[in-house]
Amino acid sequence: MRAETTTERKAAALAAFKDLARDPGVPKPDPILVVDNVVRRFGGLTAVEVEHVEIQRGSITALIGPNGAGKTTFFNQLTGFDTADGGTWAFNGNRMTGVPAHRVARAGMVRTFQLTKALSRLTVMENMRLGAQQQRGENFWRALIPSSWRGQEDAITEQAEELLARFKLDTKREDFAGSLSGGQRKLLEMARALMVKPELVMLDEPMAGVNPALTQSLLGHVKDLREQGMTVLFVEHDMDMVRDISDWVIVMAQGAIIAEGPPDTIMSDARVIDAYLGAHHDAPLSDKELEEQLHEAEEALEAEIEEETQK
Amino acid sequence: MDWITIISTTVKAAIGVETVLYALAAIGINIHFGYTGLLNFGQAAFMGVAGYGLAVTVAVMGLPFWLGIIVGLAAAVVLAIVLGIPTLRLRADYLAIVTIAAAEIVRLIFRSVAFKDIFGGSDGQRGFSDGFYALNPFPEGTYGIGWFSFNHRLLWVLLVGWILVGISCGIVYLLMKSPWGRVLKAIREDEDAVRSLGKNVFSYKMQSLILGGVIGCLGGFVYGLAFASVQPDIFGTETTFFAYTIVILGGAARVFGPVVGSMIFWVLLVLVNGLLSGAVESGIITFMSPVQVGPVRFILVGLGLILLLVYRPQGIFGDKREIAIDAR
Ligand SMILES: Nc1ncnc2c1ncn2[C@@H]1O[C@H](COP(=O)(O)OP(=O)(O)O)[C@@H](O)[C@H]1O
Ligand SMILES: [Mg+2]
Repeated sequence: MRAETTTERKAAALAAFKDLARDPGVPKPDPILVVDNVVRRFGGLTAVEVEHVEIQRGSITALIGPNGAGKTTFFNQLTGFDTADGGTWAFNGNRMTGVPAHRVARAGMVRTFQLTKALSRLTVMENMRLGAQQQRGENFWRALIPSSWRGQEDAITEQAEELLARFKLDTKREDFAGSLSGGQRKLLEMARALMVKPELVMLDEPMAGVNPALTQSLLGHVKDLREQGMTVLFVEHDMDMVRDISDWVIVMAQGAIIAEGPPDTIMSDARVIDAYLGAHHDAPLSDKELEEQLHEAEEALEAEIEEETQK
Repeated sequence: MDWITIISTTVKAAIGVETVLYALAAIGINIHFGYTGLLNFGQAAFMGVAGYGLAVTVAVMGLPFWLGIIVGLAAAVVLAIVLGIPTLRLRADYLAIVTIAAAEIVRLIFRSVAFKDIFGGSDGQRGFSDGFYALNPFPEGTYGIGWFSFNHRLLWVLLVGWILVGISCGIVYLLMKSPWGRVLKAIREDEDAVRSLGKNVFSYKMQSLILGGVIGCLGGFVYGLAFASVQPDIFGTETTFFAYTIVILGGAARVFGPVVGSMIFWVLLVLVNGLLSGAVESGIITFMSPVQVGPVRFILVGLGLILLLVYRPQGIFGDKREIAIDAR
C-alpha cells in the first residue's frame, strides 16, 4: 500500500512537470508559491533579482546555483527574514509580501538554515516541542496554570517522539542539542521544522556537513516529506543528490533564475554550463568534453563545500 | 575584636533588607538575562520609578498608600514598554546601551533642580511609609532571641519582603517549566530559529522585559518602605551591577540562584567589613585606615568572585554541562 502511494506521488509530481518548457519562470499546473519581481540589493550589489518563478505543489524542487548566486538571500526574502527592496509573492494564493517571519511559518511555509540553528542549551525534546503551533501554555497567564496546558503538552511530546524515532534521534531526547554532531543537528532542525506541520518545507543546504552515512537517511527523509503530501524546496550543491531526489530543478546565478528543467538534463543546458564554468569557455564542446568539465566543476565545488563545512 | 557584633550583623545580613531588595532586583535580571538573554542594564531605573512612584503619590499628592503601589507598578510597566519598543527588534547590544542610558536619565531627572518640587532633588522624598506600617500586625516591641532580634517595623518589612521573594520565585518556577518559559530560553539561544517556528519573538521579549522589570521594581518599594525614604543616588548603575553580580554568583537561569546569590553577596560584604574594621580598630592591621575598609571590602569580594568564576563558572546552582556547551 505504502509503496504504491509512493510511486503515485512521485509519478504525479513528474507528470506535472512532463511537458513544461525549460524557460526560467515557466508556469506550473498547480503552484503553491508564486514569486514576482523580487529584488534585494546590498549597496551596489544586486543579490537577488527574480522576475518570476513558481513552485509546483506536492513536488520536490531543487534550487541550485554557484556560491553567492543569492539562494540564501532569496529564501530570506520569501520567509520574512529580510526585507526585499521590491516584489510580491503569494503562498497558496495569499499575498505574503512583508509578512513577518513568524506569520510566514504559521501560514505553513517553514524554512531551515544553511548554518544550523540548534537551540544548544535546550534538550533535543525541548527543541522539538518548541516547533508545535498554537500551544496554550505559550500564553503568559495560562502558563501559570500547568493543568491548562499539560494535556496538550503530552500530545505534543508523543508527536515529537514519533518524529525523533523516525529521524533516529530518540536515544538523544534528553541530551542538550549543543552536544549533537553536525549531522544530527541538521536532522534535529528538520524534524523540529516538521513539528510546525508545514505545507511547504524550505531547506537551505540540508546535506552540507552531514557525514555520508547520514546523507542517505536525510535523503530518505526529504523524499518522505513529499510522500506525506508536503512540498519541498531545497538548496543543494551536490548534483548526485539533486538528481536522486528532485522532480524539478531551478538554477540561479547572480541573483536571477537562469534556467529550469528536469534533474537529469538540466546540467547539460548551455545556460547552466555558462553559469558554472563562466561564459568564456571555448565555444563548441563535444558531449564528452562537456561531461568531463562538468564533473571537474562539480568536484571542485564539492571540495570547496567540504572545506567550508570542516571549518 | 567585637565578635558578637561581627557575627550578629553577618547572620542578620543573610536575611536583611539589602538581601531582600537585591534578591528581587536579581530575580528580575535573571528573567531578562538568565532566561531570555536580554541585557537590561537599567534595572535600577525600574526600582527607582517604583520607589518614586510610591513616594510622590503618597507624600506629594497625598493619595493613599495602595494607590502609590499601583502607580509604582504601572510606572515600571510603562518604562519597560518605552525601553522595549525601539530596541527589542534590534541586535541585543542596543538594549544594553539604551537601558544604561535611560537609567541614568531617570536618576538625573529625580535629582534635578527643575523637578525639586516633585521629586525632592538630591534629598529625595520621605514620609510616605505610614500607610504601610499602619498595616503592621506586630505590636510595638522587639522580637527574637538575644542578638538575633528585630524591632516590629523591621520585622514587618522583612516578612513582606520575603513573601514577595517567595511569590516571585514561585512565579518564575511555574513559568520556566511551561511552554512560555521554553520560548524565552529558545530566544536566548537563537531568536531566528524561534521566529522560523512561528513564535512572535518581539512579543515574548517584551513580556520578559515587563515581568523582570516589575519584579525588580518590588525591590524599589522594599527600599523605600524599609528606610522610609528614597534618594536618587540609591538607584544608580552600581545597583544594577550588584544585581548582575548576584545572578552570576547564584547561577544564571536557576530559580533560587538570585536569592542565594544575594544572601552570599551581602553576608560576604558584611563579614569582610566587620572583620576588617575590627582588625583595624584593634591594631592588628596597621596599614589601613578605617575609611579605607569600605572600598577594600569590595576589592576582596571582587577577588572572591573572580575565583568563583575560575573554579565554578556556572555559579553556585549552575549546570556544568551547560557551560561546556556554551564554550563550544
Ligand atoms: N547581509 C548581507 N550584506 C551584504 N551582502 C550580502 C548579505 N547577504 C548576502 N550578501 C551577498 O549576496 C550574495 C548572495 O549571497 P547568498 O544568498 O548567501 O548566496 P548563496 O546562498 O547562493 O551562496 C553574495 O554575494 C553575498 O556576499
Ligand atoms: Mg547559501
